[in-house]
Amino acid sequence: MSTIMGDATATTGLPEGQAPDTAQRSRRLAPATWPYGLLGLLVFAAVLEVVPRLGLVPERYLPPMSRIVAALAEEAASPALWTAVGETMKAWAIGLAIAVAAAVLVGVIIGSVPFLLAATSSTIEFLRPIPSVALIPLAVLMYGTGIESTLMLVIYASFWQVLIQVLYGVQDVDPVAMDTARSYRLGRFGRIRHVTWPTALPYIVTGVRLAAAVALVLAISGELIIGSPGLGHEISQAQSGGAVAVMYALVVVTGLIGVLINLVFRMVERRLLAWHTSVRGEAV
Amino acid sequence: MTDILRRTGLALGLPLVLFVVWWVTSAGSENFFLPPLADILAAFTATWTADRFAADVLPSLVRLAAGYAIAAVLGIALGVLVGSLPRVRAAFEPVLEFLRAIPPPVLVPILMLIAGIGDGMKVAVIVSGCVWPILLNTVEGVRAVDPVLADTCRSYGIGGAARLRHLVLRSASPQMVAGLRQALSLGIILMVISEMFAASTGLGFTIIQFQRSFAIPEMWSGIILLGLTGFALSLIFKFFEARVLAWYHGLRRAERGRS
Repeated sequence: MSTIMGDATATTGLPEGQAPDTAQRSRRLAPATWPYGLLGLLVFAAVLEVVPRLGLVPERYLPPMSRIVAALAEEAASPALWTAVGETMKAWAIGLAIAVAAAVLVGVIIGSVPFLLAATSSTIEFLRPIPSVALIPLAVLMYGTGIESTLMLVIYASFWQVLIQVLYGVQDVDPVAMDTARSYRLGRFGRIRHVTWPTALPYIVTGVRLAAAVALVLAISGELIIGSPGLGHEISQAQSGGAVAVMYALVVVTGLIGVLINLVFRMVERRLLAWHTSVRGEAV
Repeated sequence: MTDILRRTGLALGLPLVLFVVWWVTSAGSENFFLPPLADILAAFTATWTADRFAADVLPSLVRLAAGYAIAAVLGIALGVLVGSLPRVRAAFEPVLEFLRAIPPPVLVPILMLIAGIGDGMKVAVIVSGCVWPILLNTVEGVRAVDPVLADTCRSYGIGGAARLRHLVLRSASPQMVAGLRQALSLGIILMVISEMFAASTGLGFTIIQFQRSFAIPEMWSGIILLGLTGFALSLIFKFFEARVLAWYHGLRRAERGRS
């Protein structure tokens, strides 16, 4: 039963990351679709402009797009915004880096020793779904409103994302490849380096990409609720100060950061996995 | 028999060890923030009585269920629509990518502005955060329908509702479930955050209240309850997934066995 369950979760862990045929199709369609995409964005912006102007939604709830853009331009000229962006990105980057390093190390060790995997799986299954925001009060007590509080949330949330993927990846190792490596007398380290690592890498990269998005969510939540410096804090201040356009402008900034993070990680994924069939197929 | 014993031993061993370690190291703890586990457990039974449960935990769960259900219906319906019309998809994709990239917690202040701090705001926050993973995964799933199956349907003259039900929804369901799973953990986070930011009832509000009044063992008991809630919901989801996707997991196993 436990192997069946393990297998079941392993296969559904995959679909997010690996969909070679759909990726290929979108590639083929790509040249023709961007005008539609541009049109979609323009219509979206136009709706945001028109709806408040017509009074369908009061302007104090949703200012017209042009006012948001103006507020954004004004904010972009002030150093305060860039400090806030810097603070958020600092918490995001440090937290993500620590979480990824720890998760890869722990995952490879646990995943390569069957006994450890069996002994820890119940604990992992229990700890993983604990919402990281449950730690907010604890973080506040321990670290106050410093960056450490936010870091704690970011690390906890991203750690599990990566760890689970590493464990799937390590278990996905082809037994024939492993036996081959053994008959060539590769040592434990050699086997990890040349068999386990390349097998697990696509999973790890997927995990890191998911964790990067989660880390941003938690960095912003931490700032919003705890009040450590950063974009989240600026947003809650803009809201309580009644600066609605500024608040929307800051939300747009967080969205842009999110898009940027997604794009960068997809690019890194393609680079790192250029040898992997799921990516190789896409390039043809 | 010994196999079952061994497996239960492995499943319970580490949690038991961790529990004992926590119990022993925290016993007689002088640190104000890290009270003995015995105190936390005593606070747990004293705090989370049936009344408290009905007053604080239940509303949270009802809001979560409502928001999650609305997001699921909305996400799947829009996802099927957007996914089956290539031009619509092309037009929507950049907007959706942008909206998804906005970290959902920032919607709390916005929706608070619009909907006040009542239940409506919290449900709206949960919906607006949960809908994206469901929507985007459904779009992907619908788009990746096996062309051979689609052609087969066409040659048999299967269309309309039957096609939607037996081909589109069925073949997109693994992706949809993946989206629903992501949305569930996001939903719990948003439930807690919306209550922590502004509320007068709810699990998140109560925990923050304990922390502000330095009722530390009670705060810990709240954190544990929140953890248990997350764990229980993920168990329920696993059960649901095993039922809905039984055919898919069987298929995958068969494919793996053959290759």
